[in-house]
Amino acid sequence: MKKVIVGNHAVSWGVQLARTEVISAYPITPQTQVVEQLSEMCASGELNARFIKVESEHSAMAACMGASAAGARAFTATSSQGLALMHELLHWAAGARHPIVMADINRSLGPGWNIWTEQTDSLAQRDTGWVQLYCETNQEVLDTTIMSFRLAEQVNLPVMLVLDAFYLSHTAEPVDIPDRELVDAFLPKRQARLKLDTAEPHSFNALVPPASYMEMRHALQEAMREARTAFDEVEEEWEQRFGRRYGAVEAYHTDDADLVLVTSGTVTSTARHVIDQRRAAGERVGLVKIKMFRPFPTETLRAALAGIARVAVLDRNLSPGRGGIFAEELRAALYDVPAEDRPQVYGYVLGLGGRDIRPDTIDTVIERTRAAAAPDREDLWVGLLGDDGAPATTGRAQTSADSLPGVEA
Amino acid sequence: MRELRIHGRGGQGAVVASKLLAVALFHEDNWVQSFPAFGVERRGAPVTAFLRVDRAPIRLRCEIMAPDDIIVLDPTLVEATDVAAGLKPGGMILINTARGPETYPELQARYQVVTVDASSVAARHGLGSRTQPIVNTAILGAFAVASGLVGLESVCQAIREEVPTKPEANEAAAREAALLMAAAEEVAHV
Repeated sequence: MKKVIVGNHAVSWGVQLARTEVISAYPITPQTQVVEQLSEMCASGELNARFIKVESEHSAMAACMGASAAGARAFTATSSQGLALMHELLHWAAGARHPIVMADINRSLGPGWNIWTEQTDSLAQRDTGWVQLYCETNQEVLDTTIMSFRLAEQVNLPVMLVLDAFYLSHTAEPVDIPDRELVDAFLPKRQARLKLDTAEPHSFNALVPPASYMEMRHALQEAMREARTAFDEVEEEWEQRFGRRYGAVEAYHTDDADLVLVTSGTVTSTARHVIDQRRAAGERVGLVKIKMFRPFPTETLRAALAGIARVAVLDRNLSPGRGGIFAEELRAALYDVPAEDRPQVYGYVLGLGGRDIRPDTIDTVIERTRAAAAPDREDLWVGLLGDDGAPATTGRAQTSADSLPGVEA
Repeated sequence: MRELRIHGRGGQGAVVASKLLAVALFHEDNWVQSFPAFGVERRGAPVTAFLRVDRAPIRLRCEIMAPDDIIVLDPTLVEATDVAAGLKPGGMILINTARGPETYPELQARYQVVTVDASSVAARHGLGSRTQPIVNTAILGAFAVASGLVGLESVCQAIREEVPTKPEANEAAAREAALLMAAAEEVAHV
């Protein structure tokens, strides 16, 4: 059944089709529609799940962990400050190996108070032990939601699926909603290896001394390694059943390219448009989309980018004092590529706080990358107010927050 | 690809109008992308919504800066805001007003201006209140005729599927506004 739905409801449909058993959440813009529709589905009986209302995101994650420990399939959704408030328990969910699925609708962190899209909220959780999967379309959101449960339960790791605020969350487009029976065959009821069960008692989360803590962390790292290959297997089966797959990494027109953009999320779509136009004009440009951020698909990215002269990373996020986070991770991944095949990496920071990224924004990235034999710093900013468009420019000196409309100096 | 922008005030249904039009165009085998202006909506404040439609999957995921068509749900917005901003030269601007297109000579000089009294139509069908009629479905009926972009039957199908309250009255309003628009066009062509 094809329907025109917003990205938030694509999440809700995925959670419903996955026969999720426990949902706990606290509302926050722009995520609220996800759990609003899920609560309606629970009330109408379309979804036979327990919906637990709580007083904060911290409690929402605690409720999901309790449910998951009891063997249930659990889900929550949040954004921005809500995800930040969950931070402590994100470590706990992963360390305790709870296969919880969470949707994060990418939103910037305040201040300045801002409800628009930016990836810093999810990327700031990169060391918590959650698998992270970024989405480009509402179809990918729905498919990824269902696949996330399968992956999480296969490797006993929590999975965060990530979508851009508004550009997906509040944008309606056609989505093929799979038949329930087909999803049931793909994703059977969860079978927890260990669970809270009075008939078969176990002790959970006791004090772990130095004699065994390190083995737990090693097991977590190995589970992440397993998740990398398990994701490909899950997608393989999804494709067999539903005819769609996305890839942990997707290469688009990279074969003979001398310049490749690296993107994630909805910027990928607009970048495809730019690549198509430039290809039609004979330019050798391509694109690599990163869907999976944790585990980081290092080998796949090395294979996709080795031998390409210049790589321009589009980061809608910022690690202050460092720069764009995808660029940073990519530079580390490419370090072991032999020097003659190692690309020059240009790290662009753009679109923060929901600033629109248009085809001409991406044109600027490509033109600056072509104009400079090497980047003159790690973070190259595009789209700052007062930016004159000069090659390889950056710039705090070129603009001032005082010049923002509506902001008094 | 064709790009549209809809202007209204919070509570008039501009965002729903964009969604309904998207569903109608989707029924005619198009790819569609419908979204509100990203931000915070307040009742009575200016609201904009957007729509892209194409025969192929839509790649662009950014704001619409140069629309092909514009729909205005509230005529006071024509004075209060630049409703035609970015509209392509010769593009159509459909305004909900009891007055004729000649009321807007400055817009007529550059664009194809079309008007329909959607407020009266909506009020006749009991949509909203007489002072604050909900005009989105009526104006979509008129848009179907004026633009030729989408069939009236597809618009009515979308209304039946997507409008939770008074779907029959909303469909009737769309059909009446379509008839008014067709009659006005006939007069204009005589």
